[in-house]
Amino acid sequence: MNKLKFAVLLFAVAQAIRFAAWKYASFREHLKKQNCVVQVKIKDDSQGRIFQFTKGRVSSRRGIHQSPDASVVFKDAATAVSFMGLPVNHAARIHAAKNFLVAVEGPDELVSWFMQLLNMILTAGTEFGTRMPDGTTRYTTMTNGGPLFVYVNDGKIVRTSVIEYDEKDAPSWTISARGRRFTPWRKATVAPHALALRSLVHSDQRLLHPMKRVDFDPNGSRNCRNRGISGYERISWDEALDIVAGEILRMKRQHGPGAIAIYHSSHHQWGNIGYWTSALLRFGNAIGYTKVHLNPDSWEGWYWGAMHHYGNSMRLGRAGSYGTLGDCLQECEMIVFWSSDPESHCGIYSGQDGAQRRLWAKELGIKMVHINPYYCPTASLLGGKWFPVRPGTDAALAIAIMYVWITEELYDKDYVATRTTGFEEWRDYVLGASDGVAKTPEWQETETGIPAKDVRALAREWGTRKTYLSAGVAGTAHGGACRAATGAQWARSMILLMAMRGWGKPGINFGNLQAGTPVDLSFYFPGYAEGGISGELQGTASSVNNYVRMPHLLTMNPVQQMIPRQRLPEAILEGRCEGYPTDSISIEGQFRRFVYPAPGFSKVHMLYRYGGSSFGTIADSSRFADMYRSDELEFVLNQSVWFEGEAKFADIILPACTQLERWDIGEWSNAGGYAHHMFSQVNHRVIAIQHKCIEPLGESKSDYQIFWDIAKRLGLGTYYSEGMTEFDWCRRVFESSDLPKHISWKEFLKKGYYVVPAEGEKTREPVYMRWFVEDRLKDVPEPHPVPGGYSGKFRRGLQTQSGKIEFIPESLKRFDPESPDRPPLNRYIPSWEGPGAAELYRKYPLQLITPHARYSFHTMADAKDSVVNDVADHRILAGGHYYWIVRINPDDARVRGIAMHDVVKVYNDRAAVLCAADLTEAVAPGVLHSYESCATYEPVGGPRDAVDRGGCMNLLTPSRKLVAKSDGMAAMSCLVQVEKWNQAAEAA
Amino acid sequence: MKKWNLIIDVARCNNCNNCFLANKDEHVDNDFPGYAAPQPRHGHRWIDILRRERGRAPMVDVAYLPTTCNHCEDAPCVKASADGAVYKRPDGIVIIDPQKAAGRKDIVASCPYGVIWWNEERKVAQKWIFDAHLLDQGWKEPRCAQVCPTGAIRSLNAEDSDMEQIAKKEALEVLHPEYSTKPRVYYKNLYRFTKCFIGGSVAIDRNAIVDCLQGANVMLTKDSGTVAEQRTDCYGDFKFDKLDRDSGAYTIEISHPCQGKKAIEVRLGESQYVGTVYLGGQGVY
Repeated sequence: MNKLKFAVLLFAVAQAIRFAAWKYASFREHLKKQNCVVQVKIKDDSQGRIFQFTKGRVSSRRGIHQSPDASVVFKDAATAVSFMGLPVNHAARIHAAKNFLVAVEGPDELVSWFMQLLNMILTAGTEFGTRMPDGTTRYTTMTNGGPLFVYVNDGKIVRTSVIEYDEKDAPSWTISARGRRFTPWRKATVAPHALALRSLVHSDQRLLHPMKRVDFDPNGSRNCRNRGISGYERISWDEALDIVAGEILRMKRQHGPGAIAIYHSSHHQWGNIGYWTSALLRFGNAIGYTKVHLNPDSWEGWYWGAMHHYGNSMRLGRAGSYGTLGDCLQECEMIVFWSSDPESHCGIYSGQDGAQRRLWAKELGIKMVHINPYYCPTASLLGGKWFPVRPGTDAALAIAIMYVWITEELYDKDYVATRTTGFEEWRDYVLGASDGVAKTPEWQETETGIPAKDVRALAREWGTRKTYLSAGVAGTAHGGACRAATGAQWARSMILLMAMRGWGKPGINFGNLQAGTPVDLSFYFPGYAEGGISGELQGTASSVNNYVRMPHLLTMNPVQQMIPRQRLPEAILEGRCEGYPTDSISIEGQFRRFVYPAPGFSKVHMLYRYGGSSFGTIADSSRFADMYRSDELEFVLNQSVWFEGEAKFADIILPACTQLERWDIGEWSNAGGYAHHMFSQVNHRVIAIQHKCIEPLGESKSDYQIFWDIAKRLGLGTYYSEGMTEFDWCRRVFESSDLPKHISWKEFLKKGYYVVPAEGEKTREPVYMRWFVEDRLKDVPEPHPVPGGYSGKFRRGLQTQSGKIEFIPESLKRFDPESPDRPPLNRYIPSWEGPGAAELYRKYPLQLITPHARYSFHTMADAKDSVVNDVADHRILAGGHYYWIVRINPDDARVRGIAMHDVVKVYNDRAAVLCAADLTEAVAPGVLHSYESCATYEPVGGPRDAVDRGGCMNLLTPSRKLVAKSDGMAAMSCLVQVEKWNQAAEAA
Repeated sequence: MKKWNLIIDVARCNNCNNCFLANKDEHVDNDFPGYAAPQPRHGHRWIDILRRERGRAPMVDVAYLPTTCNHCEDAPCVKASADGAVYKRPDGIVIIDPQKAAGRKDIVASCPYGVIWWNEERKVAQKWIFDAHLLDQGWKEPRCAQVCPTGAIRSLNAEDSDMEQIAKKEALEVLHPEYSTKPRVYYKNLYRFTKCFIGGSVAIDRNAIVDCLQGANVMLTKDSGTVAEQRTDCYGDFKFDKLDRDSGAYTIEISHPCQGKKAIEVRLGESQYVGTVYLGGQGVY
């Protein structure tokens, strides 16, 4: 029976190829690319069909060919039928491939071509996009800043615009609070950088051809020391790919496993296919690589500090937000924004949907307080009392607030008694009983600069009003203060403040209305941290959901060697370093020290760099200029969209295209994994096909295609791709989700997006931590702690040893009870780079803070001829150059003779950066405010020159860790001086 | 005939620049014959957001003012172009004809608001066209309103008489009414940009413990008349807003039933935070 079915299938394939070739030009184009003989057969030669392809024509006959160019060999007819039948059964295919029930033989290029041909029978002629009355076609895309329509006319992008939901899209939710009903606008608001996408596609810094450094000869002199200095010449893709594939093999043979390191940045352009967690990890595992390990750089203090008091390792120490939007609107009387500027940072991915919700709170008369050295845009929009705290001293302020609560009995005694441990020891410290220093408001005044009277007033307000604490952009984490020398102290004290106020009681929670919308959380669509097509089950959340819903070939990295990102230069230059992992499974995962080189592995001699953001984003980043010019790195490859940052330090540059030039699929603000249910930040869940809107510019290619092309040269083409194009993978992701139950693939491709209906009014999630207050079973949809992570019965209590909030964490007591920089008792320790560092402070009396950029998404959208450069608060044009901005209090400027928009030199012993000065009362005296994440590194006199005019503020920041036994960066602790830039004097 | 108007709420603008960037997205490298020639990639600000700061730490106010072509009913640019190079459509939208206006740099100078830009490469005067090309295709609102995440910008297609009512009801103002050009761009909460405040904090010293004084009565007087009166909040703060810049001498009289009283003189130029006033004779810091 199967033999008959197989015979029919084979015959049908030949007919289908002819039909598709007759009907679709794209199919004819593909068909023409190869002249060859392909055999499909049963292993014992009992049955087979020969396909002959000649100049775009196909003929086929039954039989066994003696020397086909390529062949597909099935163990038996049953396998063949399950493999080739429709609809495609991917699980059956993967099973057959993994268990050697099917084998493909022949050159990778040919096999890939044939498999694509078979896929195209089903996909050729697919229509996508919506035709508009003016002749344009409207496509969709998803960005780091929200979804967009993309209008294209004749292969040219005309505009990108926000999506307004139509009457067919699901209705919006409504929340009732204090006699009013709140419903969000029917549109997807976006972050400003999303609207720069068109200008980024057509940037004069786009890499359009593969390039080779002129004095790099893989077979001769490599001239590593000229990286960052020498120019580039255009080479062909074939030459570039041959060099890359050759170097990969040479590394393995000559140095052994571990010699190749892959280094990607934290973020990529949006999507489940092209994201680094997807296509890149699949490739990396396929070749074996040393992982450059990411620290939780927007979390830091929460991960290395706060987590120990209450758990939440799955969220890297960040709190959840279920039900908090309703609770805040209904119950809360005051919101304290502490190092928190959600208007600027859009909760990372969620556009500006939160703004409307915060304005509701303002309309309801909820009081606002802003504790921040910078009177940020959130403060100017919402108003409220400003506490211009001295950077890095926040923990002292927090402890003094607790002092007032204790002495005036304004804390929740019952909650402290029943839901926490260790309070007495903490109280004795706060009152000074244990160390002789009472942590009074007067005590903190010398540290923070905040008058004692104001602290007492705040403590009394807070102690008597139901208060939400917004500690960081999204309620917790993503805050500047957690990325400082005192970042762990600060985040830890935020938890302790909430413990004393009854975290989880009505109106008392973490949040700022940025998250916790009543969207349907159970509708399944994968987030990028689920690993997309990676097949990587350990380093992503793939195994949690998507791997069982989208069977694909698993991948494993045979190299168990890691280098912490912040220490990469030391690893290369000094040949060794140590690190601590970002591990979401347990509280203790972060204690597991690792060393480089790992026992028995090779040191790194080849760097596969993906993008080039380090100069703008990593602390003391001049180190990277030194690293790149080391002979230890025999080969540096950079795969980048733009010629910027570290791309200028590569030997070979591979030009990648932007997201608008390739296929992808993604959901707005759905990261998945470590950021579980992150899409509760948006008002409507929007899932979009990310159309390939235009052809790749120049010779650029999608990241996936580049990896596939290299893989083909290593014999890994079929393994890497499973014969699938990105378009094919998009469909597999679509099918793995809940979308097919609601919208057809065809309609999805045409309309471009789907709005997930909101959660029903009666089935909305309960408020976060309410179960904990009431000592019930955990009732929010958070799959952690993992079952074995509970100390009590399953779903009883928190992840801590006691199951309660621990004022003195048991985990820290077990790990390092005498730690000088992270003691179990969270005492205030002044920053080692702040006013307390007396000698340094005399020399460099200004505290530079560098939170995440507002108008660009990290380095994306900055520089490279982006229209964002013209945003008045992003860069300032002076003397023909767009300078990065540093904000300075007018009094500090006056004494230095600095006027508005003067070019100034911000400097310390590490480096100097030229900026345009913005004189503003929004910055407290003694403080400089600028953003991290400038995209260009422009050392005036070449690499490592002391003066950069690109705007990389991280050249100035310390690389010292916030806690010695961690990998947390402390870039917000930075002392500098500033002066008017005088180029002539400098030259003399 | 209904005409297009724009209403901008200064208190809702968070300076995100979506309007500015959407305008760039729409016009850079795009030619809309009859409406607008391509905008240069850099330099032009057809929608320009201005910043105003008032006060000093810790009492600061920062406001943002999106400015653009006002599509004036009595537009000076239209008057300056008798040849029809600049004309007003029946729906109120003012268009600089990109062909007819070629070489006419004088159009730039004709605008008292300074919102017309000179495109040096194409030798043409340009400005925000209210997205007339999109409205003509059926769009419901211009892009600046569509992309605004806070509702700070909204457009209104209304009869002039209706618009007048709305302006009155919502206390809308226009920029520089003294120009008498009848702008169609209206502003709400414009005081955040144009007016000044006098603010301060009140504290008391009890046995070397300084505390904020809530509930003190603060009266602002000028020329012996009462301007406004309020009570200090929990931080002892008071703030009198909507005062005219350079409006001269004021007196702040602070009194509290148990803590006594104090008066201080202030001369208002720009907004002022007078610092902390201590009841009980310690003076101003």
